Amino acid sequence: MKYNLFLGCTIPARGRNYEMAVLAVSKKLGLEFNYVEDFACCGFPIKSVIQMGTTLMAARNLALADVNGYDICTLCSACTAVLTECNHELKRNEKLKNEVNRNLEIINKKFKGNVKVKHFARILYEDIGPEVLLTKIKKKLSMFSFASHYGCHYLKPSGIYDYFDSPEDAKTLDRLVELTGANVIEYKNKYSCCGGAVLAADSDTAYAIAREKLENIKKSGADAINLVCPFCSVMYDANQREIASKFEEEYDLPVLYYPQILGLAMDLNPKELGLQMNIVKTKKLLAKMSD
Amino acid sequence: MSIIESDFIDINDLDETFAEEVASSPGGEKIRLCYSCGTCTAGCPVRKVDEKFNPRRIIRMVLLGMRDKVLKSDFIWICSTCYTCSERCPQGVKISDLMMCLKNLAAKEGYIPQGFKMQLELIANQGKLYKIDDFDNKKREKLGLPPLPAEVGEISKLLENIVKSFEGDTD
Repeated sequence: MKYNLFLGCTIPARGRNYEMAVLAVSKKLGLEFNYVEDFACCGFPIKSVIQMGTTLMAARNLALADVNGYDICTLCSACTAVLTECNHELKRNEKLKNEVNRNLEIINKKFKGNVKVKHFARILYEDIGPEVLLTKIKKKLSMFSFASHYGCHYLKPSGIYDYFDSPEDAKTLDRLVELTGANVIEYKNKYSCCGGAVLAADSDTAYAIAREKLENIKKSGADAINLVCPFCSVMYDANQREIASKFEEEYDLPVLYYPQILGLAMDLNPKELGLQMNIVKTKKLLAKMSD
Repeated sequence: MSIIESDFIDINDLDETFAEEVASSPGGEKIRLCYSCGTCTAGCPVRKVDEKFNPRRIIRMVLLGMRDKVLKSDFIWICSTCYTCSERCPQGVKISDLMMCLKNLAAKEGYIPQGFKMQLELIANQGKLYKIDDFDNKKREKLGLPPLPAEVGEISKLLENIVKSFEGDTD
């Protein structure tokens, strides 16, 4: 299985641990990636200011994938939603498609609509599948309890994702955790937002939103958070210390990307999974594995 | 609660064309179907921590024609675009898209918070939010990751007209 890997802006700058873990587990799973050098930002950050700008950027990225015809594998949920939505919209709106293609002509690109967009976690769940994943598990992670954070754009708007998982009662990330032998921890307001998209406008509000989830997960007794979006990770991992000090609380909650968890269960080296680069230290967590 | 002057709506300040303007813009199409049940507001993660963001109220303000108050507000910019409201609305109003529509209209009039303006400039200039410099690529190499170009220049050409339309605006 081969995909065009879409990294977006945040991962190359602040989520290299995610990228490393994805590459490491994919190698074992026979997933191949094509790095498209010319992929730019997905377009999400300018959507609030001008939606047409976002549509043009997303369509250009899709047009680049059209050239070799491989589907796009995304790692960031915001990129997933923007690219999927644009693909969805342009395929059913001929007028918009023509307008977009007139603009893309300036840079010699054309949107054809031949590729699909899928988040890496969804590829694991749907295309690789639980049965195959189970055969790759070498080490049961029964010593761990993980609290899954689905975030928003991995699931919503559900219409553009063909309702592959329920936004009010999502299961895919928990099933993926269960495969590794780890325990799934339930907690209050599990499907709420990380607040990341509010950061540019009002960091106080963004942090207050993130705080609620950190508190709820802490109370649940989970060893760590399981997530699949670099935006959410910035909120819970990179900003955790700042949120803790702002609200005078202590969380000390490691935040892992699902491929890092899967990699541990495949008995890959934590270094190869970039676990030393997670901001909240994972040393104590990893020590639990050898207890 | 005491009534303060700003709670009153002066009918002379209303713009009766505003609801139609929004309803005919992408994202605003279904706004007139809203019957103010408040499902959007009850499930909103932003509203929970910051009372100034109230989707039900914003929709009413649009329908009443409070154009200036809405477009010059800072509250339309703190929607987290989580889509919870859109998923739950019994009338099928795509509230997240509606907020995008309102922000786009505000931006057209020159009301853009600094952070969003900066993001537009960065993306138009370099094609991504963060430039990948030599130092980044050296780090990537060490970690076994392939190198990436510093920027994608083509984007400035693609967004040229869009960026021009915002030039000269002051916040």
